[in-house]
Amino acid sequence: MLELDDVTVRFGATVAVDSVSLSVAEGSVLAVLGPSGCGKSTLLRSIAGLEHLDGGRVCWDGRDLAGVPTHERGFALMFQDGQLFAHASVAENIAYPLKLRRVGRGERARRVAELLELVGLPGYGDRRPTTLSGGEQQRVALARSLAAEPALLLLDEPLSALDRSLRDRLAGDLREILVSTGTTALMVTHDHDEAFTVADRMAVMLDGRIAQEGETVDVWRAPVSRQVAEFIGYETFVEGEAAARLVRGADGVGFDGAAGGVLALRRSALRVDEDGSLSGVVRRAVSVSDAVHLEVEVDGVGEVAALAEDPVHHPGDAVTLRLDPRGASRLNDARRL
Amino acid sequence: MTLPVASPPAPASSRPRRTTYLTGPGILLGAAALLPLTFLAVFFGLPVGGMLARGFLPEGSLNLSAVPEVLGRARTLRVLWFTLWSALAGTLLTLVLGMPAAFALYRLRFPGRGLLRALVVMPFVLPTVVVGVMFRSLLSSGGPLGGLGWDGTWVPILLAFVFFNLAVVVRTVGGLWEGLDRRAEESAAALGASPWQVWRTVTLPALAPAVVSAATLVFLFCSTAFGVVLTLGGLRYGTIETEIYLLTTQFLDLQGAAVLSVLQLVAVVAMLALAARTRRSREQSLKRVGARAAARRPRRDDIPALGMTGVAVAFVLLPVGTLVVRSLRRGGGWTLENYRALTDPDSTPVLRVSVTEAVMNSLRSAVDATVLAMVLGLIVALLVSRRPRSRLWSGAVSTLDGAFMLPLGISAVTVGFGFLITLDRPPLDLRTSPVLVPIAQAMVALPLVVRTLAPVLRSVDPRQREAAAALGAGPWRAAWTAEAPVLARPLLAATGFAFAVALGEFGATAFLARPDRPTVPVVIYQLISRPGAEHLGMALAASVVLALVTVTVMGVVERLRVGSVGTF
Repeated sequence: MLELDDVTVRFGATVAVDSVSLSVAEGSVLAVLGPSGCGKSTLLRSIAGLEHLDGGRVCWDGRDLAGVPTHERGFALMFQDGQLFAHASVAENIAYPLKLRRVGRGERARRVAELLELVGLPGYGDRRPTTLSGGEQQRVALARSLAAEPALLLLDEPLSALDRSLRDRLAGDLREILVSTGTTALMVTHDHDEAFTVADRMAVMLDGRIAQEGETVDVWRAPVSRQVAEFIGYETFVEGEAAARLVRGADGVGFDGAAGGVLALRRSALRVDEDGSLSGVVRRAVSVSDAVHLEVEVDGVGEVAALAEDPVHHPGDAVTLRLDPRGASRLNDARRL
Repeated sequence: MTLPVASPPAPASSRPRRTTYLTGPGILLGAAALLPLTFLAVFFGLPVGGMLARGFLPEGSLNLSAVPEVLGRARTLRVLWFTLWSALAGTLLTLVLGMPAAFALYRLRFPGRGLLRALVVMPFVLPTVVVGVMFRSLLSSGGPLGGLGWDGTWVPILLAFVFFNLAVVVRTVGGLWEGLDRRAEESAAALGASPWQVWRTVTLPALAPAVVSAATLVFLFCSTAFGVVLTLGGLRYGTIETEIYLLTTQFLDLQGAAVLSVLQLVAVVAMLALAARTRRSREQSLKRVGARAAARRPRRDDIPALGMTGVAVAFVLLPVGTLVVRSLRRGGGWTLENYRALTDPDSTPVLRVSVTEAVMNSLRSAVDATVLAMVLGLIVALLVSRRPRSRLWSGAVSTLDGAFMLPLGISAVTVGFGFLITLDRPPLDLRTSPVLVPIAQAMVALPLVVRTLAPVLRSVDPRQREAAAALGAGPWRAAWTAEAPVLARPLLAATGFAFAVALGEFGATAFLARPDRPTVPVVIYQLISRPGAEHLGMALAASVVLALVTVTVMGVVERLRVGSVGTF
C-alpha cells in the first residue's frame, strides 16, 4: 500500500506539490486528475524518486522511502510518450527489466511473448519502436512496465498523446489489463473520461493541492466545489430561483432551491424532449458525431448547455428541455464560487 | 568549425526538461572532473599565465606601460587593420560563394550531389600549411595562374580563407536549410509573395541564426589564421597571430606578444559569446523543423545557384589539382622524384630526418594526442551535459563548459611558447620530452571533441534515463542504456576529427617539435622557407601525402553519416 503523507515539492519560489496526502490500496487504481501545471506529474515523479521532497513522506507498506533511489523502489514509471529505447527491438525493450533481474534467456522469451499477447501485439517482438504507431508504442511501454512486475505502476498521462478514438479503446484495454494482472497503479491525467474508465478511485488536484478524493463514481456524481465540477465536465452552474425553476417538476435531484447552494449540470442533464417542462430558444447548435450540442436560452434561467439527438435545431428555434437528474449535482459549498 | 554532430531527435514533449538531482554517479563524475581540470591548469593555464606574466610582470611587478606603447606602434596598427579587413572580406566572400552552394547541395536533389558535398567540405580538414602550399603552387610564377601576378600580394591569403572556410558556411547553413519546412515558403507564395519576397521575408529570417553563426565562425577562423598567413604572407602581411609569432621568435619582444595575446583573447571570447547566443536561438528554430523538407529536383530558375556551386567546386578543385600535378613534375617533365626524395634522409640539408620519418612522427604524436583528447573530452562532455538541480552545481557545470572552450581563444603560438618557458624546470621539466607535442595538439583538439560529443549527450531526453531507472536499472546502467547507443558514432567522428586536427596542427607544434623529431607540417614549412625547386617539389609531395592521410581519415568519418548539422 502506497501512502503519501504531506508531500511537498518546491521549484524555487513556486510550490508544485503542496502538502499532498493520498493512499493507494493494493490492487487498486488511483487516478490523479488535474489540469496541466497543477503539479500532478511532479507528484508522480516524487513517488518514483525522481524529485527531491521538500517536505512529507512517501511510504510503501509503512516503510519510508526517503533515500531509496528510483531503481530500488520497485515502481515502474510509464511516460506519456512511452520513452521506448529506440535502438532496441520491441522484444528487447520488454525484456529490459527481466535482463536487469537476470532472468534466463528462455524464460525471458516466454514472458515477452506472454506480455505481447496481453497488450494485444502478438508477433511484434522483432519490430523497431520507431516503426510502430503511437498507440502500439504505448502498448509496448505498458508491456515493458509490467515486465518489471512493479509493486506499483506509475502512469504519466499514458493515453494523452493518442488520438481520440484510439484513446477511448486503449483506456478500456488498460483497465482490463490492470485488473487482470492485479496491478496496483497510480495514473495522472487531465482527461476525466480516461480517469473514469481506468481508475477505481479518483483524486482531483488543483494548484498543487488535492481538492477532492474518493471513489470515481462518487467524485463524478458529487463534486465538492465548482472548480472540481468544472474540471470533471460540468458546464452549467445555476443557483437560487433559477435553479429552483430548473428542478421544478424533475424527480430525484434532491435539490432544494430554498436551501441555497449551487446546481451543477453536465450537458447531458438537459435534453431536448417534446414533453419537457422547460422552454427556451436555441442560440447555437453544433453537431458532433452522435449528438447535437445546443446552447439554449431558458426563460428565467439564462443560457444553458443542452443535448439533442437530431440535427434539426437552428438558432432561433424554440425547444423544450427535460432535466435528467443523473447529470445534475448539488454543490454544497457555495463559498468556493 | 563545422563538426559532425548528430542532429538531435525531435523532443517528444514540449514540456521543459526537468532536472534530476545529483546522485551517486554525479558525485563520482565531479571527482572525475579533476583529471581534465588538472590537465587544463597545467598545460593551458600555466603556460598561458607564464607567457602573460613575462609580458606584464617583466621585473616581478605589474608593468602595463607596454600596452599603449605596443598598441601605438605603426606596425601593430597595420597588423590589426589587416587582420580586421582581411577577415571581414574573407567572411563576406565565403558567404557569397557558400550560400548558393548550400542551397544547391542541401535543397536540390541531383546525381553526384554526395560527391560534391564531400568535395566542398574537404578543404576544411586540410592542414593549414598544406593550404598555403597549394595556393603558392597555383599562383606562383610557373603555376597555372602565375600570370595574374598575385603571388606575394594579399590576394592568395584571401583566397585561402575562402577555400578553407567554404565548408563552414555550406555545412552550417545547408544543415539548417535541409531541415527547413517547405510549407512556410509555400504558404507565403500562396499569399501572393514573389520568389524574391519569399526569400527575403521567410527563408532568410529562418536561416539567419545559421548564417550569423557561420559568419561568426568564419570570421574567427580568418582572424586567428596562422599557418595559411605565415606561408602566404611572408613578412609583408600578418595577422595578430603571426605577429605574436614574429614578436616571440624573431624579436623576443614578449611584452608586445603578451599584449597582442590578451587583445586576441578578448576579441575571441566576445565572438564565441556571440556565436553561443546565435546557437541558442538556432537550437530553438531546429525544434520547429517540420517533417516535410524533402529536397526537390532542380528547375530552370535554379541555374544561377547551380552555376555558383560549379564555381565553388572549381575553386576547390583548382588548387588541389595544381598541388597534385606540380608535385609530379620537376625540371619540365613528369617524375616521381619529389616523392622519392621524401624517403631519403640526405635529400636536402634543410632537414635532419627524411620526410617519411616525419610522417611517422606525425602519426605517432597524432595517435597520442587523439587518445588524450578523447579520454579528457569524453569526461568533460559527460560532465557538461548533466543538468544538476542545484544552482551551485549547474553554475559549476557551465563554468566548466566555458573553461574548456578557452584553448580556442588563445593563440596556439602563445600556448606553444608558454610551454617552453614554464615547463622548463622541476617538477615539470618537459622541455626535452617528446610528450609536449601530443599534449599541445590534444589541447587544441579538446574543444572540438567536447563540442562534438556534448550536444549529442544533451539531446538525449533525460526521461530515457528515468525510464530505465524506474524499470530497475542503477544509475550507471540507466545512463549506459540511454546514452551509449547515441554516442557510438559521434565518438568515432570525434576521434577522426581530433586525429585530423592533431595531424595538421602547426602553431604550437612549430615551437615544440624538436629538430630531430619534426612533424610533417613543420617539415613542409621548413621546406618552403628555403629557395630551390627541389625544396618546393618536396614540400608539394609532402603536402599531397599529408592531405591524403587527413582526407582518408575524414572520409571514413564522413561515411559514418553522423549527420550534417554542426556548429559550436
